[in-house]
Amino acid sequence: MKAQAQLEFPLFKGEALTQLPEDLFIPPEALEIYLEDFSGPMDVLLYLIQKKDIDILDLDLSEITGQYIQYIELMDTLKIELAADYLVMAATLAQIKSRMLIPQADEEEEEQDPRSELIRRLQEYQRFKSASESISNLPRVDRDFFIASAALPTFKEQSPAIEISASELAEIYHEASTRPKFSAHHEIMFEELSTQDRIALILSILNKHNVIQFFQTYQKQEGKQGVVVSLLASLDLAKDGHVELIQNEDSNQLYIKSTNRGFH
Amino acid sequence: MHMSENLTNIVESILFGAGRPMRLSEIRTLLSTQNIEAELPNIKIAMNALEDRYATSALEIKEVASGYRLQIRNEYGDFLYPLWNDNSNRLSKALMETISIIAYKQPVTRGDIEDVRGVSVSSQIIRSLLDREWIKAAGYRDVPGRPTLYETTKVFLNDLNLKTLNDLPPLPEALPAEEALDQLEVG
Repeated sequence: MKAQAQLEFPLFKGEALTQLPEDLFIPPEALEIYLEDFSGPMDVLLYLIQKKDIDILDLDLSEITGQYIQYIELMDTLKIELAADYLVMAATLAQIKSRMLIPQADEEEEEQDPRSELIRRLQEYQRFKSASESISNLPRVDRDFFIASAALPTFKEQSPAIEISASELAEIYHEASTRPKFSAHHEIMFEELSTQDRIALILSILNKHNVIQFFQTYQKQEGKQGVVVSLLASLDLAKDGHVELIQNEDSNQLYIKSTNRGFH
Repeated sequence: MHMSENLTNIVESILFGAGRPMRLSEIRTLLSTQNIEAELPNIKIAMNALEDRYATSALEIKEVASGYRLQIRNEYGDFLYPLWNDNSNRLSKALMETISIIAYKQPVTRGDIEDVRGVSVSSQIIRSLLDREWIKAAGYRDVPGRPTLYETTKVFLNDLNLKTLNDLPPLPEALPAEEALDQLEVG
């Protein structure tokens, strides 16, 4: 078996460490690798027990608890972010240990061994851990055997990898951070076609001609904006009663007629 | 060409062209599109003939959960592995434990898995198993929170060269709880 070979011991720099120092001193640089190799606190605990070559049922809790907590403290010192599950296990162990230290009165003989629940869980975990190792060793497609196929390949659409240099990134950032200035400039463009100015323009034309056609109030090159501004200006003037807006039913033409009320 | 030999070749071409497990009934449907009416037992006979033909080659016909499949024998996989080196097939211990618990105890919730493993099940593992189509959601457990129940799929069995869940390695027996406790009393 290749990729999923059963790991009796964690690997460190590609080599299996076949023994741990007795006081469970793990070289700090290896600790993270150990942690990655264990699938959780149950796995660590099982490892510690198997390391001592003792039956789960003969679990010497004070020793194992000591080692486990030492292990966790070391990880904490190294600022390896510990999954909360590891701390829960430490608390469970400490609780069982404390209960075992309390001498039991005779009438309490019937009471369950505090270790029994933990042992039951460890045994259960061990069953599935062992089964998972067997399953890992089963032949697996694309690892141990391959499909003989002349089927048309299905291509996955791949999004091209983003290739960008630091200087390009800086350039883009600069471009993006200076962009708001463009929009400020844009607003000035709007100012050039102000409704107020257009009102003044319409009134000045109406001073000479009593009735004008709407299209005379804007210039072609002003485009849509010019039309809109002229319309707004006309409506504004009509609202205040300075002009009347006239449109014949059968004509598209809009006329602006002065009411000659004068200006305030 | 002799009819039965012809049928064997047709079945061979279908398996090779499909690149996935094919049921006898699927093969019969494909044959009928070409106006060849064949009974399932005859297709099975052709399949057996094909098996015999490959007996001394690197290929084999394998029956898995979703049907019959043409594949390269295990013993030649070593030569192909470097060719198609694909690390996506490296599965973590945590993932293998999770899929094992689902396989033996299905249907299970994430909580069931956590009870056994003693760690919270990462969403990443569940997603990875769903992406592989090794597991699927199979309803909800009728308890508060309505947790999703997961079970394994035919793809899971196919990918492990298995026909049914019974082909999985047996789950080791647990020591009876009372016995364990008795032993504790002594110790």
